[in-house]
Amino acid sequence: MLTPPVADLALVADLDALLAEHGADRSALLPVLAGLRRRHGEISDAAMQLVAARLGIPPVEVLGVVTFYSFLRGGSARHVVRVCRTLACELAGAPDVWARLEREVGAPAGEATSDGAVVVERVHCIGRCDHAPALLVDDRALDDVTPADAAALVASLRGEARPT
Amino acid sequence: MTVRTPMTLSAVEAGAGLRAALSRPPAEVVDQMVASGMRGRGGAGFPTGLKWRLAAEADAPDGRRYVVCNADEGEPGTFKDRVLLAKHADLVLEGMTIAGYAIGAREGLLYLRAEYVYLRDSLLDSLRERREQGLLGREVAPGFDFDIRVHMGAGAYVCGEESALLESLEGRRGEPRDRPPYPVVRGLHGAPTVVNNVETFAWATAVLARGPEWFASIGTHRSTGPKLLSVSGDVARPGVYEFPLGVPIAEVLRAAGGTDAKAVVVGGAAGSCVPASEFGRTVSYEDVATGGAFIVLGPDRDLIDVAENVAEFFADESCGQCAPCRLGTVALLDGVRRLRAGNCTPDDVARLRRLGATMRLTSKCGLGQSSPNVFLSLLEHFPADMRVPVGTGGE
Ligand SMILES: Cc1cc2nc3c(=O)[nH]c(=O)nc-3n(C[C@H](O)[C@H](O)[C@H](O)COP(=O)(O)O)c2cc1C
Ligand code: SF4
Ligand code: FES
Repeated sequence: MLTPPVADLALVADLDALLAEHGADRSALLPVLAGLRRRHGEISDAAMQLVAARLGIPPVEVLGVVTFYSFLRGGSARHVVRVCRTLACELAGAPDVWARLEREVGAPAGEATSDGAVVVERVHCIGRCDHAPALLVDDRALDDVTPADAAALVASLRGEARPT
Repeated sequence: MTVRTPMTLSAVEAGAGLRAALSRPPAEVVDQMVASGMRGRGGAGFPTGLKWRLAAEADAPDGRRYVVCNADEGEPGTFKDRVLLAKHADLVLEGMTIAGYAIGAREGLLYLRAEYVYLRDSLLDSLRERREQGLLGREVAPGFDFDIRVHMGAGAYVCGEESALLESLEGRRGEPRDRPPYPVVRGLHGAPTVVNNVETFAWATAVLARGPEWFASIGTHRSTGPKLLSVSGDVARPGVYEFPLGVPIAEVLRAAGGTDAKAVVVGGAAGSCVPASEFGRTVSYEDVATGGAFIVLGPDRDLIDVAENVAEFFADESCGQCAPCRLGTVALLDGVRRLRAGNCTPDDVARLRRLGATMRLTSKCGLGQSSPNVFLSLLEHFPADMRVPVGTGGE
């Protein structure tokens, strides 16, 4: 088996646990990567090589999967706020919500704040169009969001640790 | 409040459908589904009984078959599967079990979109309870073992397309496969696989519990049964509505408080824009077929905004595998922006229409094939909103 170029023991331990939970074959790739993304943030090259070695697939296949799925890409901030930008939410005022979010975090969509606390992403329909405009804060949903709610959200996230 | 009309499914007792199924040979369960006339609730409307029969009769070299529940629900404007999984998970899981029995599968997978991760724990609880009750696991019936796993998606609309979903379940990029072979013949890991929508499984449970005649007595001759609709946009009461198939669009709008609408996008981004003059048309496979999304557009909306939002959606979500969709979705978005800026000649508009027609014909999967729909319907019905220069109206 290949040795990872960087010996990140916490990563190796988490990977072992994820492989034990999801099985050590190719179909486990997405849940394993999602688990690593959740615990360690951005999936590094070293992590991709380690996963590839454990599953016996070429590293480029892992890279191909990571870049394909929006929940596996990126991840440098502790919290991700995914604001829906699709039709029902746009009609209900989503542009005002993300403008306010960008102002509060002080970074454009897709870029993490300098303290690494929050990244705002503009995403497509999250299946809560009955509560437009809607957004996801990490794993939670926030409904019928006003710009003021968005501002309060950013303030509270700056003080919170990465969700586990 | 999300559920706006009484739900027939609320009155279906969990366990009854499975008991009724297990009291018959598997082929009779398939017959019941065929007799119900039910068609898939995910949008494409394939007859469910026939799908199960094809999977049951397909050659399974290593004896394995799979049941897959498509809970990817990424179509803009659709949220009824989220509500079903939150309120009636039992009926969905039971429908998967019935399908497993009918086609001879031992394993079911529920592919849950990443955006719905907050539903996972309650689904796992339901699975645990059903195992404890002997409704899942070993010997659900003599010689019938069946269990279900929840598999999380990772954020990609195209993974709702059934062959892309199977790729994703196998740990790959969600790029649609060539079809045929269809999943019923060669699906997950090459084995015969039934892929059905969340709502389809819930109604299958009801069909077994109440009988196919009951189901077929609702709706129209060609579109049987009740349908859940996700209504959003410019209405007083957004939410999930249940109507018999064949319901006129106007009646849905009355119920939701949107009678002054200028148009409705029926079927989400992949659907089409129906103008007020056609609100007498019906939600049915013979008229306006849909997975159930109604995005209502009020009287003051400028519909070029709708065209641009939908075009952005497809340009972002194309998987890039085939040229008509990869290039066409970007060209359509550019076309909408040029229309808005007043930079389109009559010839340009004609070219955009032809491009849309080509994408419908030559794209590899339903994403690319349906991506011009809203644009083309807006050009047809709302040329003024679309800033179509005069002289092209007749094309
Ligand atoms: C781009 C695209 C996205 C789709 N998304 C979904 C989806 O989220 N849920 C769904 O049930 N079907 C979706 N479908 C349809 C599936 O391919 C398939 O027809 C359906 O899951 C079959 O189930 P049914 O017969 O019970 O409707 C999608 C199709 C395409 C082309
Ligand atoms: S039509 Fe679009 S989504 Fe479908 S395979 Fe081609 S590029 Fe991918
Ligand atoms: S359009 Fe925003 S949640 Fe569906």
